[in-house]
Amino acid sequence: MANALVFIDNPGAALKKSNLELLTLARKLGETAVAFTGELTDDVAATLGAYGATTIYQPSVDDLADYLVAPKAAYLAAAVATSGATAVLLENSPEGKEIAGRLGIKLNAGVITDVVGLDADRTAHKSVLAGSYNTTAKATTPVAVLSVKANIVEPEPAGTVAEPATAKVEVPADAVANAARISSRTEKPASGRPDLSEARIVVAGGRGVDGDFAPVEELADALGAAIGASRAATDAGWIGHDAQVGQTGVTVSPQLYISAGISGAIQQKAGMQTSKVIVAINKDAEAPVFEIADFGIIGDLFKVLPQATAEIKKRKG
Amino acid sequence: MKIVVLVKHVPDAQFDRHITGPGNTTDRDESILSELDEYALEAALQLAEERGGTKAGNEVIALSMGPSGAVNALKKSLQIGAYSGVHLSDDALAGSDAAATSLALAATIRHLSADGRPVDLVLTGMASTDGETSLIPAQLAERLSLPQLTFASSLEVNGRTVVARRDAGAHSETVEAQLPALVSVTDQINEPRYPNFKGILAAKKKKIASLSLADIGVDPSQVGQAGSWTVVESAAARPPRTAGTIITDEGDAGIKLVDFLAAQKLL
Ligand SMILES: Cc1cc2nc3c(=O)[nH]c(=O)nc-3n(C[C@H](O)[C@H](O)[C@H](O)COP(=O)(O)OP(=O)(O)OC[C@H]3O[C@@H](n4cnc5c(N)ncnc54)[C@H](O)[C@@H]3O)c2cc1C
Repeated sequence: MANALVFIDNPGAALKKSNLELLTLARKLGETAVAFTGELTDDVAATLGAYGATTIYQPSVDDLADYLVAPKAAYLAAAVATSGATAVLLENSPEGKEIAGRLGIKLNAGVITDVVGLDADRTAHKSVLAGSYNTTAKATTPVAVLSVKANIVEPEPAGTVAEPATAKVEVPADAVANAARISSRTEKPASGRPDLSEARIVVAGGRGVDGDFAPVEELADALGAAIGASRAATDAGWIGHDAQVGQTGVTVSPQLYISAGISGAIQQKAGMQTSKVIVAINKDAEAPVFEIADFGIIGDLFKVLPQATAEIKKRKG
Repeated sequence: MKIVVLVKHVPDAQFDRHITGPGNTTDRDESILSELDEYALEAALQLAEERGGTKAGNEVIALSMGPSGAVNALKKSLQIGAYSGVHLSDDALAGSDAAATSLALAATIRHLSADGRPVDLVLTGMASTDGETSLIPAQLAERLSLPQLTFASSLEVNGRTVVARRDAGAHSETVEAQLPALVSVTDQINEPRYPNFKGILAAKKKKIASLSLADIGVDPSQVGQAGSWTVVESAAARPPRTAGTIITDEGDAGIKLVDFLAAQKLL
């Protein structure tokens, strides 16, 4: 019997760092199993074993990805019943949280989202109200469902490694009955830069870039960073909506967030305030972003960013 | 079409927000209509208007669950254009988590369908601006056995088919389902209208129905802290970030920035 069940949804050829983080965290709760979807390659199975998974469950049907949320929740509910797990860990993506929500209702289980820390007794740590409060919360039910933010633990393989067993889980026949169907899906072109939600460094531009993201992109590339933006910049169409950081965009918690030409409205702060180190460049000394900056520069981003980029290149040789 | 839009009365994010009391709940003074719900309301009004409005039998009902102040979110919704309001309020609801909240809201929506004209569409914002879990749309859909089309950045209803587009990280999707359905919308879907003078006057004549748990057939033990499946055990205000170094560019700020990054071992 497993204590923790980790949901790994169609990772492709290799596991993502966030998958490994979930597995690392799950081991705190005891024996770990994985509810997997998608193609399970030998490589992926071996990595799951190395990270402590004792059993890998797979669904009896392979069309879960053609529907939105509901059938995945039905599959997971069945996997919980089969594995006997008392905690389910999922990614904190919008879909991960929604699967968690539906699963909670199916299992009469408490759901906690946005988890940034987890104790062995299932106490979850969260940061709420745009990062202004730290809370602890707990499910009072036999099963707890937890969606966990990325970048909160370093992935660490388990000490002992055994080859995981595999088992099929019967997905209920009515799982797709009331689900919305995905009728088309378009992949967006890959940027070659790190994924915004998982990046160690983010360089973000706002209305102050005035249509020209080049200085932001050049600094990001010199630092190996992802690109972020304020809503003013994405609404203006200067950069894709995917880059928006904030309440209605992506939440990031990188080691370093560089904010350039962004005023620091509450909705923007909500998405970046938990960054370890915040650097702000803004022409306006009164901009609210300076209230949370570790290092602030009152100045023109079109002068400061290119100078910093050139200096980094020089120092890196 | 009969459309129910969920609207929440939430603490205004422009002010400091606080967690108080034995249940660690959010202080609701200085509350407003959650701005992310305005997008759902706008989407509902557009759907109803395209179909000939009230005259053609369309309805846009704003529904809010919350203490007495929540009526303000409903009043604002009526001023913006909702046709009527429903306020679910009961002392026993205080401290409900998402599971208990979705139970009460599901019962209310069933109650609103009991007049022989079932609700076709439940519309919500992508998240409340206080809790921000995005759990309610999914949990409500599960409780009502409805298909969910969440994080919609566009929405169309053709006959009984609802089609939405959504942006899902590395890809964008088109999703579809049959009515009745639940849709949550993002702030990309439209530009919400503001209440105008006419709307504010018209709102005075519109009805807000008050419902209690007894009206919707929910036992007090199923909601509030008693009916919740999670507890918030502790809440502590995060110490404000200590003030950093602020410099004015004198021609070398880019280099000073790199010095700072090097000192922080971030290069
Ligand atoms: C429902 C809702 C949801 C929202 N969600 C989000 C969200 O998720 N993310 C988000 O970011 N916003 C969000 N917003 C918008 C938010 O309120 C702000 O409007 C937005 O963040 C402002 O973007 P900005 O700082 O780039 O623009 P502005 O506020 O216009 O600030 C631009 C800044 O650039 C500075 N500047 C100009 N030129 C230069 C220069 N050459 N060099 C240096 N500095 C310069 C100016 O001094 C100014 O401070 C949301 C708003 C609403 C209502």
